[in-house]
Amino acid sequence: MSDTHAQTVPFVRDTMLPPATPPAAQSGAVLWLRTNLFSGPVNTVLTLLGLAIVWFLVSHFWDWFAHSVWNAGSLSECRQIIAETWGEGARGACWAVIRERWNQYVYGFYPVELYWRPTMAFGLLFVALVPVLFSESIRIRRIVLGLTIVLTLWLMAALGAPAAWLAFAAVVLIGALAISERNVAWLLVFSILYPLMGVWFLWGGSAWGPVMVLVGPILGWLAWRLLGRLSGLVATVAALIVPLVWWIGFAGGAARDAENLVSLAIPAVASDRFGGFLLSITIGIAGIAMSLPLGIVLALARRSDMFLVKSLAVIFIEFIRGVPLIALLFVASLLLNYFLPPGTTFDIILRVIIMVTLFSAAYMAEVIRGGLAALPKGQYEAADSLGLDYWKAQRLIVLPQALKISIPGIVSTFIGMFKDTTLVTFVGLYDPLKSMSDAVRASTSWKGIYWEPYIFVGFIFFLICFGMSRYSMYLERRLARDHR
Amino acid sequence: MSEDITRRIDRSHMQVSDEVAIDIRNMNKWYGSFHVLRDIDLTVHRGERIVIAGPSGSGKSTLIRCINRLEEHQSGHIVVDGIELTNDIKNIDKVRSEVGMVFQHFNLFPHLTVLENCTLAPIWVRKVPRKQAEATAMKYLEKVKIPEQAAKYPGQLSGGQQQRVAIARSLCMQPRIMLFDEPTSALDPEMIKEVLDTMIELAEEGMTMICVTHEMGFAQAVANRVIFMDQGQIVEQNEPREFFNNPRSERTKLFLSQILGH
Repeated sequence: MSDTHAQTVPFVRDTMLPPATPPAAQSGAVLWLRTNLFSGPVNTVLTLLGLAIVWFLVSHFWDWFAHSVWNAGSLSECRQIIAETWGEGARGACWAVIRERWNQYVYGFYPVELYWRPTMAFGLLFVALVPVLFSESIRIRRIVLGLTIVLTLWLMAALGAPAAWLAFAAVVLIGALAISERNVAWLLVFSILYPLMGVWFLWGGSAWGPVMVLVGPILGWLAWRLLGRLSGLVATVAALIVPLVWWIGFAGGAARDAENLVSLAIPAVASDRFGGFLLSITIGIAGIAMSLPLGIVLALARRSDMFLVKSLAVIFIEFIRGVPLIALLFVASLLLNYFLPPGTTFDIILRVIIMVTLFSAAYMAEVIRGGLAALPKGQYEAADSLGLDYWKAQRLIVLPQALKISIPGIVSTFIGMFKDTTLVTFVGLYDPLKSMSDAVRASTSWKGIYWEPYIFVGFIFFLICFGMSRYSMYLERRLARDHR
Repeated sequence: MSEDITRRIDRSHMQVSDEVAIDIRNMNKWYGSFHVLRDIDLTVHRGERIVIAGPSGSGKSTLIRCINRLEEHQSGHIVVDGIELTNDIKNIDKVRSEVGMVFQHFNLFPHLTVLENCTLAPIWVRKVPRKQAEATAMKYLEKVKIPEQAAKYPGQLSGGQQQRVAIARSLCMQPRIMLFDEPTSALDPEMIKEVLDTMIELAEEGMTMICVTHEMGFAQAVANRVIFMDQGQIVEQNEPREFFNNPRSERTKLFLSQILGH
């Protein structure tokens, strides 16, 4: 050692090295294959095994897909065509059932002449979602709204929508595009009004119903403004109670009177006519929209210092998570009637939506609680030290970060909930997977067809859920702030 | 380094007034059954620059965290700017908006830009209009010499820059008192100086400051009083020259020999 030291030459760098470009990456298909698939004996064996499994699956199902029949009036006709074309004993998929019964899978037993109404509601849903989901990127907004305009108007026209409604949809959609170009935040007004509008389009009846529902919060706001001068607490309580009193005591009567005075009714469609993806998407969207805020409130309550608030949150979450969803759905369909005052009719879809919302809100709360726990204590302290009160700290500092951390879990919960909407089959609603396929099979011409409807429904579910998953990845990328 | 600092400090505005900024009387705090702070008595006048030193676990951080009630004391009184800290949340929020705090690990809000970090509290707590809050924020970012980083996110800055943003963020609330909780302990040696320079500048403008720090050069140059704590108690306090050259207690001598002796 001492030798080397003795011989060390003093060194001072006189010129600094300029930054150099990194060496060109080696590329090429062969190199990729070697590094990724055949890097060693184990990897090679696994690759070959994987290829064998893929080959087994493809060879097993290929002829079934290849012999697909799209034009036939019944299952027996399908089989006949397959036997004639591919020989006796050949197997083949009979997609003709989808071609003939697609409308039932999409709209359930909704009146055919009113198919355009759910279609319009679905199109306008995207207008309501754009300011919430795509507020950052004008390019994505253009693509989404452009596609929505073209598809909605085309489908509505094809489904025989009246000219007046077609014009209405065109004005709203194109107006939305114009607003999105200027200031997308204004579209939030539409997002807030959309739930009432959507309910009206789907169930029909008098427009005065949703309007009178809307009057509730307006009255609450007025009460809050008027009493705000007296005392903050009184004003807050009044702002909560006035709408409730209005909804329970007066809204129904007011809507009837207004309807008698000036009729704003469109044909009503009862809940038992709903089915298929119309039903699933209605329940799914409503559940998603309501379970997120409820989940946030529950998560905050569970972390609260107040004993009662915390205990109630814990009891609620643990109870809901401990009970199967089907049990809750049975409660919705059977037991709820015992608790409600006699004579009240309470729509079955609404009851199911409430139960599904409560169910996923409990899971949501735990997912968000994880995000809250992952936030460093210093963030809370910094917010405190700046004098932010609890709600401001939560809203401005804690939740934006906690929700961002929880995005994968939140979207997983959404996806799980959307798929769980098929369980409504147990309370007699026509979900697309089980009840609707049974209904299709009930006709003599499609008796005995199993695979094709399930694959079709599964495929649509996959598309929607995959879309949600991709959106969550987009959102995570968009919100990424650190360069670690 | 201390020599270096002393020479260029402008002491013209460093005046201690008679007005009491913080008054702590018989304050005790426990973590469970562990007695962290024992009978603390401390009066801070406006314009004072106090450095609190002591071995780790001596309760120095806990003491200054009690001043804006990040920690709750169990007995005794703490009066800040004439407001006594009790369980009254309104009083606590009021004190917190008057007392700025800088943390060891910066605690910037990573989801907001530097400018948004600085304008958040003025806008939401002080209800300052956005334009005006941004102008104030830029003023303080210039003061800590990083106005060009305003649009970046904290994750894109170096540690020293982040700590200076944290100081600017506190200053944007125009606090009357600043608390520093080991502001340079998490920094690389090269970055300590830029943060200390900012703190010295603040002191030169007459800010009331309490700093928990191990930077004894800073203490000698800027502080008008050094407090030495051990085992949750104030063991010795004196003006810096006396404190460093002529420590009275054995514990202080030992501590000083350990941190200055090499």
